[in-house]
Amino acid sequence: MSTIQPTAGQDEQHPDVALIERVRAGDLSAYDTLVRKYERQLFRIAQHITQNREDAEDVMQDAFLKAYEKLDQFQGNSKFYTWLVRIAVNESLMRLRKRRTGKLVSMDEDVQTEEGSVPRDFADWAPNPEQNYNQSELSEILKKTIQGLPQGFRVVFVLRDVDGLSTEETAEALGLSVPAVKSRLLRARLQLRERLSRYFKRTTPAASQAQASAKENGPQGNQPRANGVEA
Amino acid sequence: MTCTEFLEILDDVLDESIAAETRTEIEVHLKKCGHCEVVLDTTRKTIEIFRCHEIYELPTDVSERLHLAIMTKCSKAK
Repeated sequence: MSTIQPTAGQDEQHPDVALIERVRAGDLSAYDTLVRKYERQLFRIAQHITQNREDAEDVMQDAFLKAYEKLDQFQGNSKFYTWLVRIAVNESLMRLRKRRTGKLVSMDEDVQTEEGSVPRDFADWAPNPEQNYNQSELSEILKKTIQGLPQGFRVVFVLRDVDGLSTEETAEALGLSVPAVKSRLLRARLQLRERLSRYFKRTTPAASQAQASAKENGPQGNQPRANGVEA
Repeated sequence: MTCTEFLEILDDVLDESIAAETRTEIEVHLKKCGHCEVVLDTTRKTIEIFRCHEIYELPTDVSERLHLAIMTKCSKAK
């Protein structure tokens, strides 16, 4: 585990610090503010790990309750959110373990794969390719794409690129080393790119012509959908 | 710079944490290597798409129900 560096300077206090002080002094409304601030992000992380909505809801509740009960243990040398994510990650893994009836579950699962570490698809994408799909089609594509990643890659990508945590904060939240986070992030990014390329790449003139001719000749039954999500 | 060397620092390029002298080397490589240029552009776009589209929405009614449950449990704790 890497050394945890203080995230704020001496003069620069994170706004959460004052709220935590108020909670410690018995002001529950300050905790209410913290819960509102982070509940959506925590739910998202729990959902990415457990891949189950009911579990994610339970994890979110349990994590906030545990954080409240253990607030005295929060040292303040890292961000409150990073500490909270670490609790939520552990709760999520515990929940998965229960579902798999005690089988060991860790953040290291399936990360030995070399799949996608070298780019293979070099086709350029259409400009604003996501606009070729409606909201629900796009959502399905993104879900399917990210769910296909090993769990240990998926969570690193979400914390680092979607949530905007730094590499060091991601390492701390997941109990991983900084080099492990870096290596997983690169592979996650490349694998997602490779998978999205199937949907977003620019259609070549030859492919467009084939599509147009298929339309003219009527449905063939086995033609791929131009904008649909693959089964 | 080779494609393998470019790939090794792709994350730093995406995160814009590259030293000025390496930046010039990268620019030279990208001008002559269309493949690496596509990998950089499309990986950047991949991150942007995931950042801009919430795939696990928490509807307001669910959020309110969970929020109330959390705060009720907290008020009884300690």
